[in-house]
Amino acid sequence: MSQFKLTEHKGFIRIVFAAMASPCEVLIRNTDHEFCMKVAQLAIDETYRIEQKFSRYISDNLVDRMNSSNGKTITIDDEVCKLLEYARNMFEASDGLFDITSGVLRKIWRFDSSAKPPTTRQIQSHIKKIGFDKISYNSNSFTMPKGMEIDFGGLGKEYAVDQVASQIIPLCGAAEASFLVNFGGDLSAYKLSDCAPPWTIGLESPDFNESPESYINMTHGCVATSGNTTRYFEYRGKRYGHLLNPKTGYPVEHAPMSITTFANNCVLAGSLSSLAMLKGKDAETFLIAQSVRHLCTW
Amino acid sequence: MQLKKTPKQPARIAEKLAVAATALIGSTANAQQTDGEWRFSSSVLAYSEPDRVSAAEFIATANKTYGDEGLLDVKIVLDSLTGSSANGAIEQHSAQTFTRPSGKGQFVTQADDTPLDDTFKDTRLQVNASWTNALTEDMRYTIGSNLSREYDYQSITINGEIAKDFFQKNTTLSTGLSFGSDQVAPEGDIPLAFSSMVVNQGQYNSEQDYWQAFDATRTKDSDSITTAELLLGWTQIVNRRMLMQFNYGFSDTRGYLTDPFKVLSVVNNQGITQDLVYENRPDARAQHSIFALTKYHFEASIFDISYRYIADDWDINSHTIDTHWRFMLQDNSFWEPHLRFYQQSAAKFYQPFLTQSQSLPSYASADYRLGDLSAITIGIKYGFQMHDGDRAEVRLEYYKQAPRKSNQPADIARLNELELYPEVDALILQLNYYF
Repeated sequence: MSQFKLTEHKGFIRIVFAAMASPCEVLIRNTDHEFCMKVAQLAIDETYRIEQKFSRYISDNLVDRMNSSNGKTITIDDEVCKLLEYARNMFEASDGLFDITSGVLRKIWRFDSSAKPPTTRQIQSHIKKIGFDKISYNSNSFTMPKGMEIDFGGLGKEYAVDQVASQIIPLCGAAEASFLVNFGGDLSAYKLSDCAPPWTIGLESPDFNESPESYINMTHGCVATSGNTTRYFEYRGKRYGHLLNPKTGYPVEHAPMSITTFANNCVLAGSLSSLAMLKGKDAETFLIAQSVRHLCTW
Repeated sequence: MQLKKTPKQPARIAEKLAVAATALIGSTANAQQTDGEWRFSSSVLAYSEPDRVSAAEFIATANKTYGDEGLLDVKIVLDSLTGSSANGAIEQHSAQTFTRPSGKGQFVTQADDTPLDDTFKDTRLQVNASWTNALTEDMRYTIGSNLSREYDYQSITINGEIAKDFFQKNTTLSTGLSFGSDQVAPEGDIPLAFSSMVVNQGQYNSEQDYWQAFDATRTKDSDSITTAELLLGWTQIVNRRMLMQFNYGFSDTRGYLTDPFKVLSVVNNQGITQDLVYENRPDARAQHSIFALTKYHFEASIFDISYRYIADDWDINSHTIDTHWRFMLQDNSFWEPHLRFYQQSAAKFYQPFLTQSQSLPSYASADYRLGDLSAITIGIKYGFQMHDGDRAEVRLEYYKQAPRKSNQPADIARLNELELYPEVDALILQLNYYF
């Protein structure tokens, strides 16, 4: 039995557990403890499964084997192929701005207080190891040039939220129990009964310390937030944020403090907020042009 | 932080990603777009005018969604009316005898009482079905039909509506048409306009003579009414808390619009009834209506207020102000007070009685519902969620209708002592259950 905490509130039950370096919660509009335990178990199993399979921090999982393949072809499964396929769409739609192979830049950019920017030469040598178009894959095999790395971190949490939602929909649907899955601010709400009062969601203020500064009500739909606030360093009066542009190798400048986007699944919401963030000062112009419902804090 | 709804523009990147995301996570995104289950609600309503009409109504509705936008709605109404209804004659200082509409039997109204026909009894079954679906992303249509059948009346209506959204669905314009065809076949057939009510007070030698006299006041056994209606609507979301709605309607009704059971008293210059004649109304009625509604969603309550103005070529002009305020509580229950004011001017042919000295008008009716009147409804509704998640609502309302004094040009002194314009009080209790 996995570790989780179940608490009953007025009209709903809250399940809390820790995974993916985030607080994870599932709120279920049903006060039957036994039923909610079942839902919790499904949700937690699915979350841990995805974390085990895709986390960059776990050794000898599929992602680790992909990253240590040294240019050799390895076997992958259908789920990984689907995620790669989505990453390819993101790469193409963003004209290379969103690239799951850009993680190598983290080797030369450190965001602690004593950090300083890497040299131009370091950046140039690492940029060569970036480029989703350099990898090849199909539904069961994967080949990546030596020295490159992939990281599903930019999609993983949102993907887990959507997968958890789809896992618990049959159970919750049969019981007409509307629910909300919230993994550290990436969330998905499903309305599964006629009478489903909206969930009130507090949006954290940009400094992540104060109490929420605004609230949204939602009954059905997905929300994801990208932030550019917590990790940065200053060097010779210039601020370097942790969000890196894979094409230049430098941090994105003039990006908003945070972007929250709305969509009908969490992966899409997350992709749109990440992509907008990478557009820097044009973030909001991009979202408006794409007709994406959003909240933007500068 | 500001909530923004962005204007519609080409969204190729977002659209491409939406397709890719659906391929990745499969049906999750579309979990709500599959065919839904049937949902049901039922309602029982009791209406009572003390000493007069009481009604019981049972309503059952069922609806089901198909795909993203398709909605099939079916409604069945069964209602039953019993009791007494004013037949149009004025009260007198002496008892009055009336023939029942069927011609079979009589009823007697005591001195200083409003004449009420106590055989008022009817059961109506109504079936309504409508289908709504999307035509394009921002256009919907609805088609529907309504069938209604009661003992002496049947009606069939078909209707269609097209609605289109503009400005990110913040504005909706709609237009609808409906056509109805009714058949009236009253008990005792249709009386001849302004013919005298035949009352058997022993003046007939035989039953046969009475029936011969009664039948002479009858024309045919049934007649029809056709209705055509146009509705134009504009709904505007002002902001995320406020909605406004404006409607214009025009209806044209033709056919037998007279109430076959209503009569007028013909009085002499002392105010004493000399004759009772069947009423007659014009055979066409054109009506214009305008309607405006505002709904405001506060943090924990929803307030709405609406105004309706109806003008028709019978000169009945009415104003209705209707308001509800729903207070929502933490446990999914709510309280909703309701207040409604109604006022109308009289039809041009409305006359509480006829006088012997006047020449017979083309049209006349003493039906109090066509007179100058005002009404108020005060009510409260309580809704709650039951243990198993089903919802229930209880509504209690008090309705008071009062004629306005402008009705009263009674220059016949004796009539001023009589209550020609009685008030109507009613209580309404309704229970709704959704499951």
